[in-house]
Amino acid sequence: MLYVVISFLFLAIVLYFLLGGADFGAGIIELFTSEKNKPRTRKTSYQAIGPIWEANHMWLIIAVVIMFVAFPTIYSTMCTYLHIPLLIMLLGITARGTAFAFRNYDAIKGENTQRIYNKVFVYSSFITPLFLGIIAGSAISRQIDLHATSFLDAYIFSWLNYFSVTVGLFTVALSGYLAAIYLIGEADNDHDVRRFILKAKAMNILAVVFGGLVFIASEIEHIHLAHWIFGNPVSLTAVIAASISLAASWMLINKGKRKIIRVGAGFQVTMILLAVGYMHYPYLVMIKGGQNLSLFAYHAPAKTIEVLALGLMLGSLLILPSLFYLYYSFQKRNEVV
Amino acid sequence: MDDFIAARSQMAISLGFHIIYSCIGMVMPVFMAISHYKWIKTGEPVYKNITQAWSKGVAIFFATGAVSGTILSFELGLLWPKFMEHAGPIFGMPFSLEGVAFFIEAIALGFFLYGWNRFNKWFHWCTGVMVGISGIASGILVVSANSWMNSPSGFDYVNGQYLNIDPIKAMFNGSWFSEALHMTIAAFSATGFAVAGIHALMIAKKQNVQFHTKAFKIAIVFGAIAAILQPFSGDISAKNAAAKQPAKLAAMEAYFHTQPYSPLTIGGIPDTANKKVNYGIEIPGLLSFLVYDNFKQPVKALDTIPKENQPPITVTHIAFEIMIAIGSTMMLIGILYFVAVWKKRSWLSKKWFLNLFILSTPFGFIAVEAGWTVTEVGRQPWIIQGVMRTSEAVTPMPGIQYSFYLFTAVYIILSIAVILLLKRQIKMVPELYDRKF
Ligand code: HDD
Ligand code: HEM
Ligand code: HEM
Repeated sequence: MLYVVISFLFLAIVLYFLLGGADFGAGIIELFTSEKNKPRTRKTSYQAIGPIWEANHMWLIIAVVIMFVAFPTIYSTMCTYLHIPLLIMLLGITARGTAFAFRNYDAIKGENTQRIYNKVFVYSSFITPLFLGIIAGSAISRQIDLHATSFLDAYIFSWLNYFSVTVGLFTVALSGYLAAIYLIGEADNDHDVRRFILKAKAMNILAVVFGGLVFIASEIEHIHLAHWIFGNPVSLTAVIAASISLAASWMLINKGKRKIIRVGAGFQVTMILLAVGYMHYPYLVMIKGGQNLSLFAYHAPAKTIEVLALGLMLGSLLILPSLFYLYYSFQKRNEVV
Repeated sequence: MDDFIAARSQMAISLGFHIIYSCIGMVMPVFMAISHYKWIKTGEPVYKNITQAWSKGVAIFFATGAVSGTILSFELGLLWPKFMEHAGPIFGMPFSLEGVAFFIEAIALGFFLYGWNRFNKWFHWCTGVMVGISGIASGILVVSANSWMNSPSGFDYVNGQYLNIDPIKAMFNGSWFSEALHMTIAAFSATGFAVAGIHALMIAKKQNVQFHTKAFKIAIVFGAIAAILQPFSGDISAKNAAAKQPAKLAAMEAYFHTQPYSPLTIGGIPDTANKKVNYGIEIPGLLSFLVYDNFKQPVKALDTIPKENQPPITVTHIAFEIMIAIGSTMMLIGILYFVAVWKKRSWLSKKWFLNLFILSTPFGFIAVEAGWTVTEVGRQPWIIQGVMRTSEAVTPMPGIQYSFYLFTAVYIILSIAVILLLKRQIKMVPELYDRKF
């Protein structure tokens, strides 16, 4: 049963990264769009994510609930030492979700208010994945120090280091990439399709650059990511698969094969997460001094795990079909248009 | 401000903010489903307009409810890590199911809001109903988590260890039914009165009278029925508190000395130093009667509880008085509405009658906030009644007051924004929906 729970945790994280990431990415793309084209980008992304953004963000809630029910010690350690980045991420989620809803549901579309909503939306779309990445990076950076005595050591340097920050930037680039790929398929004219293709390529290049920086930063912080990833066969295979599909999608992108490139982009990001996830599995959080919080050592009592696993399995029977139908229904429209 | 107080205040303000959106998220889908149903059945465009006008407003509330709920899920860990470390595996069950319910709600909401003219009309209607059902289910589940904190069960607490955990038993703890019942009814009466009040205001202003009259009616029928049931469910809650949390009950009543024919004190300001209540009206025997159904049996007072285990008395008592005063008033207004419908139809369009509803727009929500203050402050100093103290649970991170200020500012800004947006929705009703009449 513990494996069921762990699988759901991994699933929730991956899906949040893909779906939530693409959501945030839409704002990032808007941030880097010229004033002239902004309204069009906005319209496309509203049509694309309007019906599904609330559902996309539920994966985060599922992940959090699994964490505090099944792995309470790991959860409370993260909440304590990564309090500040979590807080900033929360503010980002709040600002973004409300700005998105307000700008679409404000009954009077005033210019000034819309400008404020747009500003809040794009900046928070940038900040949130940045801090999500920082949190993920910090979990494995070995910078959380349970014996820290000063405020800075305990609550700031636990996350403010080269490694975590580069992981954050990498996350931003990946989110932008996912969104651009997604928007290519949603655009309703050639001009926009071309625009989003350019954006996708730019974000992809950025992702590769930031990815490289992550490796350099890991050397500076003595994390030796390269050694770690290339040293185990599963991660290595995943990285290779990601690279091949990266090359393939560059070729397909120009042909505008939206389904294939969407799947390809999702596959790439999943492979990256798999490579990183597998590399430190079963440790979710790595602490300074070598103590690691393993999913197998710090889980809730068997009874809780059992009930939770049953709940998750039953719940997914309800959720997954309706979720697919939601995506399917709002996908169909664009083929008609 | 010290960190402990800051953490408690931040939790209180976050929950106090979220609860408003939760009530609306639980109840508005039901109202919409009714008017949507009427539209499908009668084909009168006014019902379609009401449904759409409401759903626009509700979309704003939903987004705000969703983000404030997300904040809460993290805040439990950010502010109370020691609590979550031990309580998570025990009371996590309702939260996991709640996650499922929210998910379904969010999916159904996507279908509902964006599904106009796109799906079979009954399928579309059903998605609206699903939003309501899952909203109410999630409300009941999360309240069951809270009631576990009031009457912990489903584990054995031995030498500081939490053993023999049974999450199902924890979910169906001794207080879950009374709390869930009272909260669900409260959501209906608060939202019903608030929505009715806003539409009454528009009727009084003679704007879109047909539209607002129909909307008013849907809301007030639910609001009035709920308001009439509320005191009965409150009585169950009070009996339950007496059994599970005598300190809370005593603080609610500001009842200091154990005595037979225990009196009920109405109003008044507790004087905790001298252990008495000033300016209150005492009715001997009534408290005994409310708790035990006889006038004589003594109810446990604050003098049976060690000082360090007593909750803040003044806050709990005054919050309780506010809830009772509003609850009684709302019940009377609810009865009056049905009297008007059955016997005095002419009242329905009278100025004073409308004014009564306009005046009571915020009542339900004030009572909701007061009621939660009773429940939560009345549980102090415990975070898990009798097991863990709130002060043991708080995060070790210093500087929480800054995060408290920050979140307070965020909530104030969001509240102002939501109010302004709602005003603009209402202002646009004539332009968007009138020309069709
Ligand atoms: C519209 C809102 C509303 C109204 C009119 C009332 N209540 Fe209430 N009350 C609530 C909304 C509420 C609440 C916010 O929903 C609470 C907080 C926790 C809960 O379960 O319900 C609550 C809690 C609560 C508690 C504490 C339960 C506990 O902590 O264990 C008691 C004893 C009562 N109520 C009793 C009453 C009585 C006797 C009322 C009759 C006049 C009444 N309430 C009206
Ligand atoms: C008595 C207290 C509470 C009630 C009745 C309640 C009920 C609700 C309801 C009905 C919703 C959906 C409404 C909407 O989306 O606008 C909601 C949203 C949410 N609530 Fe609460 N809640 C309460 C407290 C809490 C607490 C303590 C937490 C966290 C620990 C929480 C977490 C959430 C989350 C994560 C959402 C967002 C779900 C979504 O996207 O639809 N709630 N709540
Ligand atoms: C939405 C309705 C709710 C409101 C308005 C509310 C209100 C409050 C208030 C006023 C406090 C501060 C009490 C004090 O420190 O003196 C508090 C504390 C707290 N509440 Fe609630 N509450 C609600 C529901 C819940 C639910 C559903 C849960 C969890 C399942 C919860 C968990 C907590 C926790 C963990 C604390 C901090 C510890 C404590 O003070 O005991 N609350 N809440």
